[in-house]
Amino acid sequence: MRVAVVRFPGSNCDADTVRAARQAGADAFYVWHRETTLNGADAVIVPGGFAYGDHLRAGAIARFSPVMAAVRKLADAGAPVLGICNGFQVLCEAGMLPGALMRNAGQRFLSRPVTVRIENTDTPFTTAYANGAIFRMPVAHGEGRYVASDAVITDLEREGRVVLRYVDDNPNGSVNEIAGVCNPAGNIVGMMPHPERAADPALGETEGARVFESVLAGIAHSSGGPQ
Amino acid sequence: MTRFDVLVQVMPRDTLLDPQGQAVGQALTALGFAGIGDVRVGKAVTFQLDRPDEDAAKRDARAMCERLLANPVTEAFTVVVEGAT
Repeated sequence: MRVAVVRFPGSNCDADTVRAARQAGADAFYVWHRETTLNGADAVIVPGGFAYGDHLRAGAIARFSPVMAAVRKLADAGAPVLGICNGFQVLCEAGMLPGALMRNAGQRFLSRPVTVRIENTDTPFTTAYANGAIFRMPVAHGEGRYVASDAVITDLEREGRVVLRYVDDNPNGSVNEIAGVCNPAGNIVGMMPHPERAADPALGETEGARVFESVLAGIAHSSGGPQ
Repeated sequence: MTRFDVLVQVMPRDTLLDPQGQAVGQALTALGFAGIGDVRVGKAVTFQLDRPDEDAAKRDARAMCERLLANPVTEAFTVVVEGAT
């Protein structure tokens, strides 16, 4: 089970993400954004950070990196693709996920734990959760306010494509407390909270580890058993 | 070929909350400027563009907005093209 973690200039959660994926049992490795292949990856994670310094808009420049063509191709083939925080912004800018992430309603950069609820356990990144599971993960973003047209929001809700929702406290003013969404096929997922920062007892929270365990279990299953 | 000066203005869509604009509006009021209404903050991009005519310059500048300079989900844009003096 090979998991590629894409590195842009300005990515800063790449090492944490590789570590969390390895901890779940994956053969996780970095792929520099200038690469045009993903070295045989079964799944891809676009990690958090500030790709290209968030110039113009978060994710706006990163989506033109050569590696993104390979990510899109793998996603089109049905492989699991996850965008975390800045990675979510990149996937939205690339048009691989609907909507956009705007400046937090409270104007401030937020770095703190939030409470979230799993709303969809059918994506490759959420199968290891109980439906409706509530737990804490950190957010760390200045642009995390999820917005989309009313028609898109209606579709997301009706089709169960809101994967993750903030509970009790909406930190950034996201429409319908949306913290994560998926594409119509369900194999591309984006979320603002950081599961890789909630995947080790030393960091206080461990429920984020199930994101990585989910994708591992799914790939192992589809290839006929654990590797 | 003519060199045109292009000014692109990108603004958050009217229907969306612009917290940056709100903060600027509050700061202006705090400074004592009365009568501040709705404030919105966008960005301006200027560049020079060599094209055979103004229509071509406008068309390509708009294409640049649609593909990169503005996010159609959240932003609206205007394009002003002037022949270089």
